[in-house]
Amino acid sequence: MEKKHSRPKILVFSTDKISDPGIDQAGLRKIHYSPAVYVISLPCSSGIKPRWILHAFKQGFDGVFIAADGHECSYSPRCPELTNRIIEESQVLMKENGISPKRIRMAAICSVCAEPFASHMNNFTKILAELEE
Amino acid sequence: MEEKQKKERIGVYICHCGGNISDYVDVAQMRDIAKNEDGVVVSKNVMFACADSNQKEMIKDIQGQNLDAIVVASCSPKLHLHTFRNVASRAGINPYNYTQVNIREQCSWAHSDTPKEASVKAAGLIRAGIHKVAYSEALENIEVSSTRAAVVIGAGVSGMRAAIALAKMGNQVYLIEKEKTTGGHVANLGKLFVTEQSGKSIAGSLLEEIKKITSITLFTEASVEKVSGSLGNFKVDVKTGTETLHLAAGAILVATGFDPYQPKEGEFGYSQFPGVITLPEFRELIDNSGETLIYNNRKIKSIAYIYCVGMRQTKGENKYCSRVCCTTAIHSSLLVHEKFKNVTAYHLYRDIRTYGKQEVLYEQSSKNGDIYLKYEEKTPPVVSQEGNHLVIKIKDELTRRQEMELETDLVVLVTGMVPRSDHEAISGILKIPAGNDKFYNEIHPKLRPVETVINGVFIGGSCQGPKNISESVQSALSAAVKINALTKNPTINLEPIIARVNFEACTWCGKCAEVCEYDAIHQLEMYGKIVASVNEATCKGCGMCAPVCPADAIDIAQYSNAEIEGMIDGFAQKVEISEEAGAEAAGGEGGITMKDMPQVWRRIASSLETDPKTIPALAKELDLNPELITYNLMTMNKYSLVEAAGMDDSDEYYFYKLKNLKHVEN
Repeated sequence: MEKKHSRPKILVFSTDKISDPGIDQAGLRKIHYSPAVYVISLPCSSGIKPRWILHAFKQGFDGVFIAADGHECSYSPRCPELTNRIIEESQVLMKENGISPKRIRMAAICSVCAEPFASHMNNFTKILAELEE
Repeated sequence: MEEKQKKERIGVYICHCGGNISDYVDVAQMRDIAKNEDGVVVSKNVMFACADSNQKEMIKDIQGQNLDAIVVASCSPKLHLHTFRNVASRAGINPYNYTQVNIREQCSWAHSDTPKEASVKAAGLIRAGIHKVAYSEALENIEVSSTRAAVVIGAGVSGMRAAIALAKMGNQVYLIEKEKTTGGHVANLGKLFVTEQSGKSIAGSLLEEIKKITSITLFTEASVEKVSGSLGNFKVDVKTGTETLHLAAGAILVATGFDPYQPKEGEFGYSQFPGVITLPEFRELIDNSGETLIYNNRKIKSIAYIYCVGMRQTKGENKYCSRVCCTTAIHSSLLVHEKFKNVTAYHLYRDIRTYGKQEVLYEQSSKNGDIYLKYEEKTPPVVSQEGNHLVIKIKDELTRRQEMELETDLVVLVTGMVPRSDHEAISGILKIPAGNDKFYNEIHPKLRPVETVINGVFIGGSCQGPKNISESVQSALSAAVKINALTKNPTINLEPIIARVNFEACTWCGKCAEVCEYDAIHQLEMYGKIVASVNEATCKGCGMCAPVCPADAIDIAQYSNAEIEGMIDGFAQKVEISEEAGAEAAGGEGGITMKDMPQVWRRIASSLETDPKTIPALAKELDLNPELITYNLMTMNKYSLVEAAGMDDSDEYYFYKLKNLKHVEN
């Protein structure tokens, strides 16, 4: 094993219909990003429970990234608003547990957003690595 | 959530994908890591998990070793989730006790640059899959009864044609039209391309046919007031005059159409100068004119068509292209030449999009001597009036942006389609989403083009976006067939991935019902208290209700706390990958064995082992037809078993050589 935290570990929540296919496409096109990125796909980003996010940090993840559908969400136009609320609640939980709120990020990832996803992962990896120091 | 019984006899299958995975991920070590996980009794490497031979082996394992859950670590679930759910079903276990782990798109391919770390990640993904499946529950599809009837909203050509199709397939149809007459915009149109039949006669003949079919009830001057219920059992309240009717239907087709774009005052001189009219106004003028084309008591000798009015606005509201307007404008110009003599036509366009068969119109128009001038969005033509004439200034892109002045009698603004001004009324009642362009949205533009996210509500025709008449009717007919596929059976099966309430923990605060877009959560009395209850037929399983619950009393099937947190635990476990393994990864276990592959592949591989060959050479040597060789070779290429190795002397055929097949076993 490499030295601990040489690559910050990131948990991504994606969505079955939109952002997960976008992430798949990055692989399909061999667009590389950090291999310490792990993805859990859900029906919609507005269904993420803050307790899962806290659980990830407690289990040693360095960052959580929400690959949301944004305004493309087919379930509800309120999706961005509700997802934002989940992030805010999670940040409160994170602060209570001494975790920097900068360790959670969100961006809309579309079903063909292969490059944007990879570059979000690269940026977030860099930001988390700097936070570590 | 209550403590669940964990699965204890799990089978794990790790796919090589013919090198796509095993070239980068050490699949042998993955198999050993999986084998040591709690509850795993079978752990295997397979060349192609999706191959028929492996599916059979999985069924044998499930039945022979009494497995209660399975995990396949291979490609994206978008490809084979249903393949393996079916394997589970065929073997006699619940299809939802199956988890697909994506170690190809999201691992071996994404991290082919760092194979060792790809192996570490794959181990985490596989462990997460095992944890998830360990907590998975057996789920049964939800059965709802269905009414053999459909409501079609909008009696334009799309709605009428779909109504006829639905009736002929055996459905009772209620066709609801807001206006006094049927046929929509098409009923006002004259001669149409290709058949020369008039819009009026098309709309008329559809109405005649509808009148003859007793199972279609047409309501004109009627509006949809309220819709309740769900797939299979919608209740639609329709207001006609002073009466409100309550209709029962299994499904609903929305075919409400479009509005023509109405130029703003002063847009290219519209409603500022008398000779500036829109394309629909111009069509009417052509149809209603006798032998000479007269507008405002003036004989028209020259016409300028300005294209893309209100459409393709980089900064404006309508960013889309309206598809039909180029063709309609050019067709109108042809009609003018056919009906009236000596009229000069100028086409001031941005791009001409007479796609498909309509291209012949463009060709004919050029032959007729119509003059085409190209302008750019940022330098649009300027219309002014000088005396009796309209004068247009244009910078023509085709002649190095030369500024030109045209004098014309008439300016036709080629306007496209916009969403109906009342589009929100219907989307509000049916809860169907609209896109940024405000047209109604399908689930997937390519794969599910007429379904909406609301089960049982379909869209057809131009309410979905600009379409010509054939395209509108095509989409409406496809929706009709989809509807019939649902209503033809007395019961409909729905996916059981929906919200569930833990009644013991629920204290009814109403927050879940408040965020639910589908009105799927209602109060229920249970255990002597009020709790939340989920309507199985209307719940979409989006999960919005879960995080808002202060008591954490709601989850979505397949996405429970135990499953998600179990996955996170699986990712978090320490992974030890032994050093020498990386080198061996490419060949898997002693090279790729061919026993699971078709006989033809083996013969091709044996032949290519001696030296690279072209397709005709292989066909000759193996005495098989070249098409068969091509098909099999391309599949082998897809699985990275062979690769191209230069062209032959005639530069016609590629040589192919073996790629990952190191030891061909015959």
